[in-house]
This record gives sequence, C-alpha cells and structure tokens, in this order.
Amino acid sequence: MKILTVENLSKSFGGIHANKDISFDVEEGSILGVIGPNGAGKSTLFDLITGFTKPDAGKVKFFEKNIFGISPDKISNLGVGRTFQKLKPFADQTLLENVMIGAFVKEKDIKRARDRALEIIDFVDLIEKRHHFAKELSTGQRKRLEMARAMAIDPKLLLMDEVTGGVDQKTIPGLVELVKKLKKTGVTIITIEHNINIIMEISDNVLALDQGKRIAFGEPKEIQNNKQVIDAYLGTFDAA
Amino acid sequence: MTSEIILQAIVTGLMMGLIYALIAAGLSLIFGLMEIVNFAHGEHLMLSMFSSFWLWSLFGLDPLFSIPITILLMAFCGIITHYFLIRYILKAKMLIQICATFGLSIFIRSIAQLLWTPDFRNVDKPLLEGRIEIGSVFIGQPQLYASLVCLVAFFGLYWFVTKTETGLALQATAQDRHAAEILGIPSNKMFAIGWAIGLGCVGVAGGMMANYFFIFTDVGINFALFAFVAVALGGFGSIIGCLYAGIIIGLVESLGGLLIDPSFKLLYVFVIYLLVVIYKPQGLFGRY
Amino acid sequence: MDSKLAIAKSEPIWNTNNKVISIIAGLIILLFALPLFGMNSFYLHLFIMIFMHAVMAQSWNVIAGFSGQISLGHGAFFGIGAYATSFFYMEYGITPWISIFFGMFVSAIFAVLIGIPMLRLSGHYFAIATLLIGISFQVVFQRWDLVGAASGLWVTMTPEDSWLALQFHSSKAPYYYVFLVFFLITFFLVWLLSRSKLGYRLRAVRDDPQAALSLCINVSNYKIIAYVISAMIMAPMGSLFAQYILIIDPDRVFNIEISIIVLLITVLGGIGNVWGPIIGAAILVPISEYSRIYLGGTGGAVDLILYGLILMIICIFRPNGLISFIPKNILERNKQR
Repeated sequence: MKILTVENLSKSFGGIHANKDISFDVEEGSILGVIGPNGAGKSTLFDLITGFTKPDAGKVKFFEKNIFGISPDKISNLGVGRTFQKLKPFADQTLLENVMIGAFVKEKDIKRARDRALEIIDFVDLIEKRHHFAKELSTGQRKRLEMARAMAIDPKLLLMDEVTGGVDQKTIPGLVELVKKLKKTGVTIITIEHNINIIMEISDNVLALDQGKRIAFGEPKEIQNNKQVIDAYLGTFDAA
Repeated sequence: MTSEIILQAIVTGLMMGLIYALIAAGLSLIFGLMEIVNFAHGEHLMLSMFSSFWLWSLFGLDPLFSIPITILLMAFCGIITHYFLIRYILKAKMLIQICATFGLSIFIRSIAQLLWTPDFRNVDKPLLEGRIEIGSVFIGQPQLYASLVCLVAFFGLYWFVTKTETGLALQATAQDRHAAEILGIPSNKMFAIGWAIGLGCVGVAGGMMANYFFIFTDVGINFALFAFVAVALGGFGSIIGCLYAGIIIGLVESLGGLLIDPSFKLLYVFVIYLLVVIYKPQGLFGRY
Repeated sequence: MDSKLAIAKSEPIWNTNNKVISIIAGLIILLFALPLFGMNSFYLHLFIMIFMHAVMAQSWNVIAGFSGQISLGHGAFFGIGAYATSFFYMEYGITPWISIFFGMFVSAIFAVLIGIPMLRLSGHYFAIATLLIGISFQVVFQRWDLVGAASGLWVTMTPEDSWLALQFHSSKAPYYYVFLVFFLITFFLVWLLSRSKLGYRLRAVRDDPQAALSLCINVSNYKIIAYVISAMIMAPMGSLFAQYILIIDPDRVFNIEISIIVLLITVLGGIGNVWGPIIGAAILVPISEYSRIYLGGTGGAVDLILYGLILMIICIFRPNGLISFIPKNILERNKQR
C-alpha cells in the first residue's frame, strides 16, 4: 500500500527552482532516505509535503487523499508528523509539556495526555529528563524531543529532517537505533540524511536530489552505484 | 469640488510624504540592522523639534541654522540609547525588545511633559515664512523647504548606505552580524552608528518641521505611527521602500482628509496598512 | 525502565503545595474581611484600583503572555466595555449587571472582527496594528455624537445606593466587594485556562508557531480564541469602572495609558505567569496613586516617568518579571531534577 504519492511536485522562489518535477512514492511501513548536497531542495520538499510552503504545481497524495496545498495543521491532523532541521522545541516549556502538546491531539483528558506523553518520552529514552526545560537539553536530546513530540500525534507518516545533523559522533548511533526502533512500531518514515552510510543502513528506498531535481530513486544499492549521484556527491562521499 | 483643490491636496500630501519617508528611513535603518523596532521614534522626533525650539528661544538661532546642532544632538541621543538600553536587549525575545523601546518612549515623553509642560509652542517669525503660488496651488515655503531638505537627506542616506565603506559595513552587519564580525566589522560599533544615523534622520525632519509645526510633547505619536506604517509598507529594513511608502501615506492622508473627513486621517492610513501587510506581508518593495 | 515510567506516571500532574494553598485561602479571607475594620475611602479606592488593574493586566497576559501576541492597544476593549454598559443603562435603563455582558459580547465581536485580519500578522506587524487600533477607537469615539462625542457620557445617578444600578454614593465598600469578586473569578478562570489543553496549546503557539502547526494546532484560530478571551476579561473592568466613576469620555477610557499600564504591570510581575499581574498591580498601582497624592496634578507625568524607567530596567535585568525571584516549584509545577 502506498502511503504517500508525489507527482511532478514543483516550487520556485523568485525564478529559482527549489523543487522541479519531483515524483516518488513511499510504501507503508518503509523508510525512505532523502539525500542530496546542500541546497538540493530536501528541506523544501519536506515543507511542500507538510504544507509549510505552498507548492506551485504537482500532486501530493496521502493514502488516497489529496493533500496538495492544504494547511500544515490539517496535514498533521491527517497523520503526518515532522521534525525540523533547525530545531523548534517549545523552549520555555519542559520536555514533558512539549510532548503533552502533541499528545493532546489524541487524548483530550489531561491525565491521559500526560501518561501518553510519558510513554513516548520513555520510548525515546529521556524519561529522566522529563521535567527539564527544552532549552536546557543538549542538541541530541532536543532531536529526541522533536521525534517524541511528532510521535505524540500518532502519525502514520513521519518526516525527519536531519536526525543526525549537528550532533557529536558519540550521539549518532543512539539516534540511528531510535529510528530503527521507530520503524518497528509500524510508522512510515521519510528521513533527510547527510551521512551516506547511515542512509544505506536504514533506508528501504533512497531519493537523491540535486539542484531541486530528482536524480535517482530506488533501492540503496542502485543509488550507491548511480553515476549521477556519485557526481553530485563527489567529495561528500569522502567526507562521509 | 474643483481640480485645483485636489491638486492642492496632492501637493500637500506629497510634501508631508517626503517628511514621513525620512523619519521612516531612520526607523527602517535601525530595524534592518538589528531587527528592533524603535517604538520611541516619535519621542525622538519630538526631542529634535524641541531642540530646534530651545535653540531658537534661548539663543535666537533660527531653526534653519540650528539643524546641524540638532542632528548632532540626535545622533548623540542615538548612541546613548544604544549604549544604555539597546545593547542589553539585543538577544532578548521580541516581546521584551518591544516593551523596552516602548518603555523608553513613555519615559522620554513624560520627562518632556514634566520639564516643558504639555503646552503647544511654535517658533515665531522663522526665516522661512510665507507661501508661494504656482498656478492656483499655494505652497507654504517652510513646508516646501522641509520636504526638499528631507528628500535630499533621504538620498544622502541612501548614498551613504549603498556607496560608502561604513554604509556597506552596516549592510554587512544587517545581513549577518557574525559573518561581519569575522571580517573585522565590530557589530556593536555598527549598531551605535546605525542608531546615530537613524536618529540623525529624525533630527533633520524635526529640525525642519520646527519651522511651521506646533511643538508639543505628544507631537511625535502620529508621526511615529505613520513611520511604522511606512516601514511595514516599504518592507521592514528597506530604505528606498520608505520613500514610496512615505509618499503613499502622505497622499492617502491628505486626499482622504479632503474627500472624506479630515479627522479620520489615521483610519485611512490604517486601512492601507492592513491591506498591504495582509496581502503583501513582505512589503511593497524589497530590501535596500 | 518500566519502573521509572511507572514512577513518572504516579506523580501528580500538578504540584499542590498545601502551604501555598492555605496562604492563598488566608489572603482571600483577609481581603473579604478588610473593609470590616473600617478602611478609609482612600484605602478602599487603592484596593479597588489594584483589583481592577490586576484583572486588566491579566487580560493582556492572556493574549501576550499565553499566546505571544503583543497588543499595544488593549485599552480599546476597556473602553468598549465602559461605553456599552453606560450606554445601555442610560438609554434603555438596563441594569449594569446585564449590560456588563453586553460589553463582553460586543468586545468579543470586535475581537473576532479585528482578530481575523490582524492575527494573521505576526510580531511587529501585529503590535503596530494594535497601536493603530487603540488610537482609532479613541478618534472614532471622540467624534461619535450618539455617545456624547468628546464630552462622553455622564451616567444617570440614582438618588440612593442601589445594587440594581450598581451605584453606591455613601461608601466605596460595595464597589470594593464587586471588584474583589470579579478579580477572584477572573484569576480562578485564567488559572484553570493555564492548566487546560487550551492553555498548553496557546503556549505552543507562543513559543513556536511553526512547531505548533506541525502538531495539528490551527495557529490563527488559537490566536483569535486568545484574543477573544482577553477582550472578554478586559470589557467588564471597563463596565465596572464606568459605574465606579459614573462619567466616561474617550480620553479617559480609550487612553493609550491604559494600554501601557496593562503591559507594564504584566511585564513587571511576570509575563506568561498567572500570578504576575497580581504582583505587578500590587506594586505599580500604589506607586501611581501615591504619586498622584504627593505630587498633585502633575503626578500623572511622574508616575509615567517611573513606569517607563521600571519597564526598561525590568526588560534589561529581569525579563521574566519579579515572579522569577520566587522559586518556580513553590507556585507552579513540580520540577524534580
């Protein structure tokens, strides 16, 4: 069952194509990795799918429902969660309160919302930090916070923008494990990732973008040997 | 209603608009630099008018000649403002930044009220007086020269920001203060310069207006409101946008006053503001 | 692992500190008892002003502190409340007890009408727009003949004290109780709001509108809800104030000073905190009233100078307000480390 179908999605800002004719689909329960050099349009693609940026043209279908151009709160209400590249925790509130705000989508009662939030916080291994303010958490912990908060709305599809970006090396394996653990819960994941090794390890499919265009889409093995991908990524491969 | 009256209103609006443009340009420069809206801008304008007034009433200096002094005083005032208030709130939340400059506006206005009472004053018999008649349109000389001086000052400012080394350093700081620091541009100094220039603009406008405007402690409120609107219309941080926006506001004010009712001038400008910020929130014109 | 989760789940959601509760209960009883000890009319007036300003500041706190929208023209709703009540009372003889609700209703309508276009604006745009709104109301009422234009409305006085007409000429004590009850009800309701799902979601909108959108929160709607609630808290204070001074005019009830002082009280006490406005009002209102006594007519300017100065100092040194001197776990939530 396709959970998300994107066809010819395009967006330009002042004449510059941030995304042009991008098409792909995602199988329910799988992980799609999105790669591409800086400025390839990965984050724009996320914003288009989740409604934060209004697309110019194309089709976006979530299950059979058209979600092209509708507002972000409605899209998230259908079951599309997301995290942000530039982290956006509710800084002046505690971790628990952050996650509870998400949990209220499913639970109207405050006690049940609290319990639901705690279970998710436990899932992301931050239970001891529950009363810490978001601004006091480390970057890695804030990434977990964003994941927990997005999961609290009980999404069927979760878009994660750079799970391992900006954290130190020791923190990365834990976050990767968490993504795998998340997949086991049955949620479908699209993740933007710079580290090519991680992408190959966790993804069922990979979408490669360059300069706003799709240059490859397929299983990790095919992508790894795709000449265009190698060209676009030349140098970045070495670094990773 | 004759076409002469409408033409008269257009000329009046245009002249006011140029003054609004310069006041707004000062505000916009400061905003572009550090994303702080100076809610005390009107009070700074009031101060510059009073500076002109006192130089006239105590030392007999005509407002026309005291302008350089007024500009220097206002530039100094800008540096003090930055040093004692703004630099502490650079990293604060927007809410705190708004409250801080709002607090400054209350502070200045009420001190002025205590020192100078809320009475209306005006400069008697300034050098610039009388009016000239072109066709059927009457143009007050002080108004005309005020708007011309403001226009010149405006382009002077624009030239300064876009062509001089300091101006380019200001722009660099406005775009990315950390990157600018790495290039050896001290942002704190740039901010102080920005405030000095921003309030210097207000000094020019206030000094020229002292020739013909009533001078009282609440005089700045309406000007500040129009300047806020102009900055929003022109696009926050855009200087050239302020020119167009200032003229639009001047025309809306004077034509609205003529065609509908002069006591609701503020409302017409408000309507324009809402329409623009809702449908074109980035303002009518781009940055710089 | 499970045990930690179980412990976390067994915690109470709110830390109810029995000491604090008993202190608050004691203070409430004390406030009710105070007039019985023969307070003179100045002190009654002082407390009435504190109650009124605390509620007005709480109104601002809901929109600015909870949902993060800075309104610089909040006095408009005060004026609407004052005019609605006085007008309906004078024209149709409707008791203020009912027309208070008219005032709230009219304010709510205006909040929606103003809110729908304006709350799409964010940050500075909204602040500037509200500044314009506040002054626009003053300008319109100055010219509106139906409500007395610039000279305002002189509320028809009853010959004797009357609860029905909400007018008391022989003593201020009844006013004291009316304001006290409104004050307590408002603070209780806002306290409930801050702990409700709505409260959580408003804080989300304040802290990060984009993140809120990703959590199914319709940011514009929530801002409008906050604006309406805020307006409905402000309006009754205008209504009661009109009944208290029995004369209203645009310069009095639409004065920009009202918008300033609610902001100042809240920021001084602690923005976003239910208790902030009480602390702010308890400190600022006496400053204002005493400066008026000791400095005569020009006291108005001196207290404003102080306001401006305090506001700047607070912004520089204590942006979270005086409440931040009190350890959080006493008043608010359970923060175990």
